[in-house]
Amino acid sequence: MPTRKWLDRSQPLAGAPGARAVEVATAEWRQCALDLAAGGNRLQALWTECTHGAAARALYSGANFLLLVTLPLGAAEGEYPGIADVFPAAARMQRAAADLTGLRAAGADPRPWLRHAAWPVDYRPLAETVEPARPVEPRADDYAFVRVTGDGVHEIPVGPVHAGIIEPGHFRFSVVGEKVLRLEERLGYVHKGIEQLFARTPLIEGHRVAARVSGDSAVAYSWAYCQALEALAACQVPPRAQWLRALALEAERIANHLGDLGALGNDAGFAFGLAQFSRLKELWLRATQAALGSRYLNDFVVPGGVGADAEPAYIAELAACARTIETEARILREIFDEHAGVRDRFVGTGIVTADLATRLGLVGLAARASGHDYDLRADLPCAPYDRLSVRKHVRREGDVAARVAVRFDELFESARLVAAIAAELSPGDLRAGGTPPAAGATAVGAIEGWRGPVLVALTAGEDGGIRRCHPHDPSWQNWPALEHAIIGNIVPDFPLINKSFNLSYSGHDL
Amino acid sequence: MWKTFKQIGSVGIVTEPPPLSSDELRVREHLQAQILATLGRALCIRQVDAGSCNGCELEIHALNNAFYNIEGLGIRFVASPRHADLLLVTGPVSRHMELALRRTYDATPDPKLVVAVGDCGTTGGVFGCSYASAGAVANVIPVNVAVPGCPPSPNRILAGILTAVTPAADSRR
Repeated sequence: MPTRKWLDRSQPLAGAPGARAVEVATAEWRQCALDLAAGGNRLQALWTECTHGAAARALYSGANFLLLVTLPLGAAEGEYPGIADVFPAAARMQRAAADLTGLRAAGADPRPWLRHAAWPVDYRPLAETVEPARPVEPRADDYAFVRVTGDGVHEIPVGPVHAGIIEPGHFRFSVVGEKVLRLEERLGYVHKGIEQLFARTPLIEGHRVAARVSGDSAVAYSWAYCQALEALAACQVPPRAQWLRALALEAERIANHLGDLGALGNDAGFAFGLAQFSRLKELWLRATQAALGSRYLNDFVVPGGVGADAEPAYIAELAACARTIETEARILREIFDEHAGVRDRFVGTGIVTADLATRLGLVGLAARASGHDYDLRADLPCAPYDRLSVRKHVRREGDVAARVAVRFDELFESARLVAAIAAELSPGDLRAGGTPPAAGATAVGAIEGWRGPVLVALTAGEDGGIRRCHPHDPSWQNWPALEHAIIGNIVPDFPLINKSFNLSYSGHDL
Repeated sequence: MWKTFKQIGSVGIVTEPPPLSSDELRVREHLQAQILATLGRALCIRQVDAGSCNGCELEIHALNNAFYNIEGLGIRFVASPRHADLLLVTGPVSRHMELALRRTYDATPDPKLVVAVGDCGTTGGVFGCSYASAGAVANVIPVNVAVPGCPPSPNRILAGILTAVTPAADSRR
């Protein structure tokens, strides 16, 4: 068991259940990746640090562990060994790390990833404390897209401003007629300097930044951040706050699944689906606001607990609303399943096979639609999920229809969880205090958001500050899979396939 | 097909009355009689995400649901700035989107209106200005109406849009 060797060397790490940490030497970094890959484990995140000693860090996950591997780098070392050949998902993470800290992976794609023209190549956002000298006028940069050539091949550039109410990004399609030969993504347009902002934010306020990494996953991010912070501060979250957090996380999952199921109907030319699901979503958001204080729960999860209480009467109404939505969504599922046009668009479109999902390290609901049964709520449950026995829903087909099916199943499962949580809620404290974390201490938070696992690695700084905080969105692993899913499909199916993943631009661009 | 019709019939009409325009959202006086005469009550909006966390987009989407029924007011979202009368912009404006936002603004025919949405769009929000963020939308293009909130509710956004196409109270007298 090659994985065993690294786990045996590791120490328990504060934060998410099953988290462990191990420090390796430069010569071991790649061997560690190779061994973990051979053991069927996944790369969850990779980032670098350049203050208080340079280091490369990778976070891996297995059936029942999260392993943080740290490679300390000497002051003179500007490079560390690349692992993109072992874990293809590492390729973009390594490029992003180079853009932010100047530390490069040996043998990596030299093109920048998050850096466009806004800051010069020698400016390292996570090392410097001064603003970069910038051109007076913003300008476009030249990015070397891979060219596809041959008879009848042409390119379709799309974005960054898209034709709908969508986040910005650039897609370069190489097509023959209607058929897509290749898609290359160019992201980074909504890079807002979140990791540098964390370093300027007090620990006790970091959850507000975390909640705005990707607005559709605000609860997952703020919870993951607070989980890490509370572990560092020896803070015991009161039971009522734990249950309310789970309620908020499931509310977020229900809202997003309802929105996406409607949009998927619309992208298949079935406007009825959008009208019906967006009505259900609005009902749900209003019930959420009545029970938990706001439609989107940006500042609901706070360090030590939750920021608002809920009246029992409104919780009962929220649970009743979840039942109504389940009943109606089951009717709508039948209509989707029996509609020949919708089935024609969904089935066999945008396939990611189980084998491809393994190689690309797909995560979250997209992975579950491609045969991978991994869900942090069931596999590494934090409180109170350890008392909820979440059922995982898996499909093997890996097409749009499978991702739709997983969303329906998870919607119904979340409705069940809302009822279960409402039944468990008893009066109690909403927040607990903690002790100031030691400077340099590191913890990892991991929460299964609606899209997949949301991870936050947090290192405390001096005087209640943040030394380094790296938030990681499941979209990092899943964006490259979209490039594969579209191959051989027709251009008009791209919006449908894209929506079936519905990946975050903001959460990825940071 | 029967199930579809049954569902449509059983839901009925859920649309609610729209909010009123609100002068407190007004940033600068923009309204020439010309705009109203040109647009009447038909308004085309191009939404531009210039760097938001995508929270505001979720509430902008909600404007299309049956409760707010923005199309019922003669307002619709269009796919190109060349078809638009009004840009609905969320922020903060990332440095990487600055050029795209300017180009979108330039591509929108005159007379045009800009509504900035969200705390980040109106002030820069938690992100402020940095090496990667240019902050508020008004730092990059002229803004007529600003709708704060994180995210603002669909009703607030709709009130902001309606404010942009309604003359200010003092100019109505």
